[in-house]
Amino acid sequence: MKSKFQPDENGYFGQFGGAFIPELLHPNVKELADNYIQIIESEEFQKEYKALLKDFVGRPTPLYLAKSLSEKYGGHIYLKREDLCHTGAHKVNNTIGQILIAKKLGKTKILAETGAGQHGVATATVCALMGLDCTVFMGEKDIVRQAPNVARMKMLGATIVPATSGSKTLKDATNEAIRYWIQNPETFYLIGSVVGPAPHPDMVARLQAIISEEMKWQLKEKTGKENPDTIIACVGGGSNAAGAFYHYLDDEDVELIAVEAAGLGVDSGESAATSQLGEVGIIHGSKTILMQDEYGQIVEPYSISAGLDYPGVGPLHAFLYESKRAKFMNATDKEALTAAYELTKIEGIIPALETAHALAVLPKMDLKKDQVVVINLSGRGDKDLETFIKHLKEE
Amino acid sequence: MNSIQQLFQQKDKNLLSIYFTCGYPALEDTATVIQSLEKSGVDFIEVGLPYSDPLADGPTIQDSSQKALENGINLDIVFQQLMTIKDANKTPLVLMGYLNQMLKYGEDKFCQKVVECGIDTLILPDLPMVEFENHYKALFDKYGLTNVFLITPNTEEERIRKIDSYTDAFIYVVASSSITGAKGEISNQQIAYFDRIKNMNLQSKLIVGFGISDKQTFTTACNYANGAIIGSAFIKNLGQNGIDKIDDFIKPIIA
Repeated sequence: MKSKFQPDENGYFGQFGGAFIPELLHPNVKELADNYIQIIESEEFQKEYKALLKDFVGRPTPLYLAKSLSEKYGGHIYLKREDLCHTGAHKVNNTIGQILIAKKLGKTKILAETGAGQHGVATATVCALMGLDCTVFMGEKDIVRQAPNVARMKMLGATIVPATSGSKTLKDATNEAIRYWIQNPETFYLIGSVVGPAPHPDMVARLQAIISEEMKWQLKEKTGKENPDTIIACVGGGSNAAGAFYHYLDDEDVELIAVEAAGLGVDSGESAATSQLGEVGIIHGSKTILMQDEYGQIVEPYSISAGLDYPGVGPLHAFLYESKRAKFMNATDKEALTAAYELTKIEGIIPALETAHALAVLPKMDLKKDQVVVINLSGRGDKDLETFIKHLKEE
Repeated sequence: MNSIQQLFQQKDKNLLSIYFTCGYPALEDTATVIQSLEKSGVDFIEVGLPYSDPLADGPTIQDSSQKALENGINLDIVFQQLMTIKDANKTPLVLMGYLNQMLKYGEDKFCQKVVECGIDTLILPDLPMVEFENHYKALFDKYGLTNVFLITPNTEEERIRKIDSYTDAFIYVVASSSITGAKGEISNQQIAYFDRIKNMNLQSKLIVGFGISDKQTFTTACNYANGAIIGSAFIKNLGQNGIDKIDDFIKPIIA
């Protein structure tokens, strides 16, 4: 039987999803929709994808029992070390997969949006690897706050286009990328999260599913059971969470926790906690939960983390929220910073600010002694050093 | 018969349509702009609902939308403004907005308000055909509204035929693979595309838009279609010269 967490023929997860795109993009989206599953499931793709994940990305990423963290919060807390992936985050799992799909479809020009710059770097990296032309849209504000990633993308040969409209962050970079795609329909839009018009959310989820695929056998090795009790992941658009949840979606005994960025606080007016503040709406071609005003104008979100300040959430996650399959929690800027410092000090791992949000819910949970928890450590914190240094000075 | 069909009965060549953004340049300009356009001899008017994230629009319309939103425009104000000129206005109005605006306002409430304002034709650039077939066709039929579909140089013939069968007002022929905004001139490649569409002998009237900016591009487009829409170039003029100079912009085009 088909899982209810798989999209239907029109790309819907429950009432969420679909492809609300201008007619100009119809041929592009249709080409992808008609081919992506067949390509991903082909032996040729799987062989190439898995080989690159192993030798280029460095997979499997370790599943590490964080002893000090477990001692402090109880339970057995495992960290899925996506931060050890080449380029520093889980994003590369998706870009490796999509670049192979793009090549299969005969595309030579690649387009991407980026928030924190992790997806931009991962895209620029695979473009360099494959010798393909790469254009990355990035909010003007994010270009400033994620300078090291901008430098990396440039070094990798990508063209960076600043998005100067709206809030000058991820939402606007995505708008600009879609507009560029409309004007350059020969390009392949290598989207960075489980958002956008169908089939992008499903395609990206399938390519990130490697995270939970590995978790299954790694947990079996370490605990004797494939299933943990709880999985925690941060959610902006939701690609690392989708990957960490993917193979457990139908196992209802596995608790799934998605952590959104509360910014200065859910009710502060400066937040990105979409599930708490949003209502059904359409953004970037997808019907989902969306932060908007009473007239449907999209509200500009806020988070200290450039990868989480997105006013929507992937349609799969909207469905997980509505169906209560996943529990949605949130963490403020301050809680995330505190969690980042804590992990650094007691485990020797500097996490990305995005990832720190997932860690920040540990104090709010009452873990049982034997509870097996996996936190998806989606990225490393090198890119956030400037923010961390600033925070250190303020302390 | 809808207002656009009635218009086509009187005139089916060289129709000029102008797109403008409600609440721009100033909040109260909506009605004045419509009245000025009517006086200048524009055949029908595209009434743009300012949206925060207009995916199909170029920088000019994005800017005018943002300005209008900063001016305090919203759907309720737009509907009020349209009601004030409802009786006096004889030029057909076509409402253009993004689907999320209708969704959030309430689909039924939105349709009802549109009808109350004397409007029967909608352009929703992010409403895809499959959603129209599955849901919106029935909704629009209920209120006597008609939807305008866009076709582009990349739309397959079979799909164009289907769009033709759904069309009561006109098919919006997007002049190039682009977002809105003037390009200056029309290329041979575009002419070939217009020609191809013209030769399909569709039952629907054709109106060309995107990249139509002046007399020359308007005339060229009208050789292959029933008329054309000017948007960004008009907005640019409005921004630079204000609402008093609308006639100066329109007259040379229809002269």
